[in-house]
Order: sequence, then structure tokens, then C-alpha cells
Amino acid sequence: MRRRLPQIVCGLMGILLLILYFSGHPIARSLNLLVLVEYYQIIFAFTLLLGAVSFVKVNLKGIERREDRPYRVVALLALVLMPVLALIWGIKGDSPFMWVFDNIQVPMQSTVFALLAFFVASASFRGFRARSVAAGVLLVSALLALLSRSDLGGFIANHVSPLAEWLRDYPSMSARRAILIGIGLGSLTTSVRVILGIERTWLGGWK
Amino acid sequence: MREIGGLKAIEEAIGRATEMARPLLFTPGWGGDIQRPTTIASMNILSQVAETTARYDCPLIYPTHDPVIMSVAQEVIRESYVRAGYPDRVREDNIMYVSSSQFGYAAAVDGLIARNRPASVFLLGTFEAESLILAETGNSIGAIQIAGTDSTIQLAFFIVACDYTLIGEELFAASGYLSGDQSILSSVRAQDIIKILIAVILVIATIWATIDPNSTWWKYQ
Repeated sequence: MRRRLPQIVCGLMGILLLILYFSGHPIARSLNLLVLVEYYQIIFAFTLLLGAVSFVKVNLKGIERREDRPYRVVALLALVLMPVLALIWGIKGDSPFMWVFDNIQVPMQSTVFALLAFFVASASFRGFRARSVAAGVLLVSALLALLSRSDLGGFIANHVSPLAEWLRDYPSMSARRAILIGIGLGSLTTSVRVILGIERTWLGGWK
Repeated sequence: MREIGGLKAIEEAIGRATEMARPLLFTPGWGGDIQRPTTIASMNILSQVAETTARYDCPLIYPTHDPVIMSVAQEVIRESYVRAGYPDRVREDNIMYVSSSQFGYAAAVDGLIARNRPASVFLLGTFEAESLILAETGNSIGAIQIAGTDSTIQLAFFIVACDYTLIGEELFAASGYLSGDQSILSSVRAQDIIKILIAVILVIATIWATIDPNSTWWKYQ
């Protein structure tokens, strides 16, 4: 019963949402919106609580075991500090909560995002080594794409930009669409398997 | 059934981690939630990986951005360890929720990779801008990396930075392949047949449109 009940709920909701999604009736549409937007928000609030409890538990255990202690202390302090600041002074533009958000959280996130620039450079360096015919084709295509996106493309030759555009619009786009068709079919079969109860891994296992 | 290169490498990646006495890291990416088919497919692979790590007594670290995914992963890993016959080897603390923020998640997983130095990294699920940050960090510590996602943009990064990449629908096929379940395998086979039919229709439509440019039946309305 522990597995059968969630499976039945999942199957029924899956079929219901499928019908509601493809139905043009206004009641069906508003019901679809209610389930997707409002129910989802309620479920999300509970899951966030679940996440916070797990986060505290895991980090407290880590502190006890003296594993990565400084990081865990900072993480727990931040978890407590932000709601306290929001509850006492609110979350308006000039509140301490927003000050911490704008001056600590946002710069830290930007720093991690900025790492991408260096990682793209190191990954490109490895990817563009022409060790085979395929890697050579990749290198030439990448060079053409890079040139076409800079002023150099037009300066070196008038043909660079149209050629790069052709590469993007035809060989690259057709490969991308082939992958997307496969992904669409894969998603569809997985969803059907979940709705029909054939796929039960999300309940813990197949057997 | 066709063979998938990345699948053969799973056993090798777990064996390597065991031999090097280092953990294995599996993460589903920041882009998906539990209702996304990619996450479900990723769970199937996690189940198989967990069963093997249970047998080899290799620590499995599973950080995620979503508390629901965390709960499902805990259940999947626990069941896999029971199936392998080693329920006592489950380390619940290694299956953790880190942050819902994209770069908070990326920083946390990066930190876990840098501090624990896993011998193998599995990046299977829905990834966005964090894909290359994680893959390059894994690459920098010399981990064997198996990746797979449904995002065509992030696939390019994985192909460059990882040892094996499950491209698009290979992720779904791999999960079906690993389950060994006849009904799941037959749905993967049906998926392949539909794909061939779509390819045939596309070829016919291309020829038709070339011969008779005024025809419209092949156009998406």
C-alpha cells in the first residue's frame, strides 16, 4: 500500500492533467492553472521546509564530526541570519536583508558565474585540438563562428559571415533538431511509463 | 538493443573509485525537478550505480538543489543498497540538499568535488549554466566523468569536458537499458521504431517538397 497509493495518485493526476491540458474548455483551463500554479506553490513551501531541516541536520552532524567545519558554520549562520533579518526589518529596498542580498549574495553568485569565462577557455583549448578529422572540422567551424561574430570576419573576407551563418542554420541546426526529436520521444515514453505505473524508480525501485 | 558507450563506462568508473579508495559523486543538475522525465531517467541510472557502490562499499555523494529530489534519491539509494544486500552501508548524510540557488548549488558541488576529490563524477540530469563549472572542476581533479542531459546547449560543454556523454535520448534509453525490465525495454524499442518512422517521413517530405514546391501537406500548421 505504501507504494500502491502514490502510484495510483500519480497515474490519476497524470491522466487528469493530460486531459485538462489538451481541453480548450475554460473550466479545464482554470483547473489546470490551479493545479499547476497554486498546488505547486503549496507543495514547494513544504519541500523547502524539508530541505531546510535536512540542511541543518547534515551540517550539524558534519560540525560534530569536524568535517569542513568553517564552511558548515558559515552556511548555518547564513540560513538563520537571512530569515531573522527579513522578519525584523522586512525585505524592502533599504532593509538589512536587501543589503546582505545585494552586497554579499549577489557578488558571490556573480563570482561563481564569472568562473565560466575561464572554464570556457580551458574547455575550448582541449576541445579544439585537431587530433582527428572530426576534431579538425570542429576547429574550423568554431573558428568561422568566432570570426563571424567579431569585426574581423567582415574584414578578412566577405564570405566568412555567410559561411558561418550557413553552418549554424543547416548542419548545426539539423543535428540539434535530430537530438531534440530524440529527447522529445524519450521524455514522452518516460512520462507514459510513469503515468501507467511501469516506471517505479521514483518510489524507490523497480521491484 | 543498441549499445550505449557511456553505460559500459559506469562499472569502470565505480571500480576505479573503489580501487583508489575515493568516493563517487552523482548529481542531477540544477535545471530539473522531480516531475521532469530527465530526472526520472537519472534516478534509474542512480539506482544501478548505487547498487554497484553498495557491493564495492564505495562512498556515494549525492548533492542536489531540490528537497524532493533529495527525498526520492534517499529512497532510491536505500532500496538499491537493500537489493545489493548491504543496507548497513548507506550513508544518509551523503545524500544532501545544498541550495536552490543556481550558483549556490554550483559552488557547493564544486566545493564537494575539490575537498572530497571523487574518483568518478556522474553529471546526469538537467543542467544549465552550471554544467561547465562542474565538469571542468571534475576534470581538474582528474576524475573520470560520465555526463548526460536533455539540454542541447549544455551537451557541447559536456562533450568537451567529460569522458563519456549520453547525448539527449541516450540518457532515457540508458535508464531503460539498465532497468532490465521487459516492459521498459520494449518502450525504448518502440521509441527507436518511432524515430525511424519520423526519419522516413522527413526524407519523403524533403523529396516531395523539392519535386512539388507548391505542396503544403508536409508543413507544420
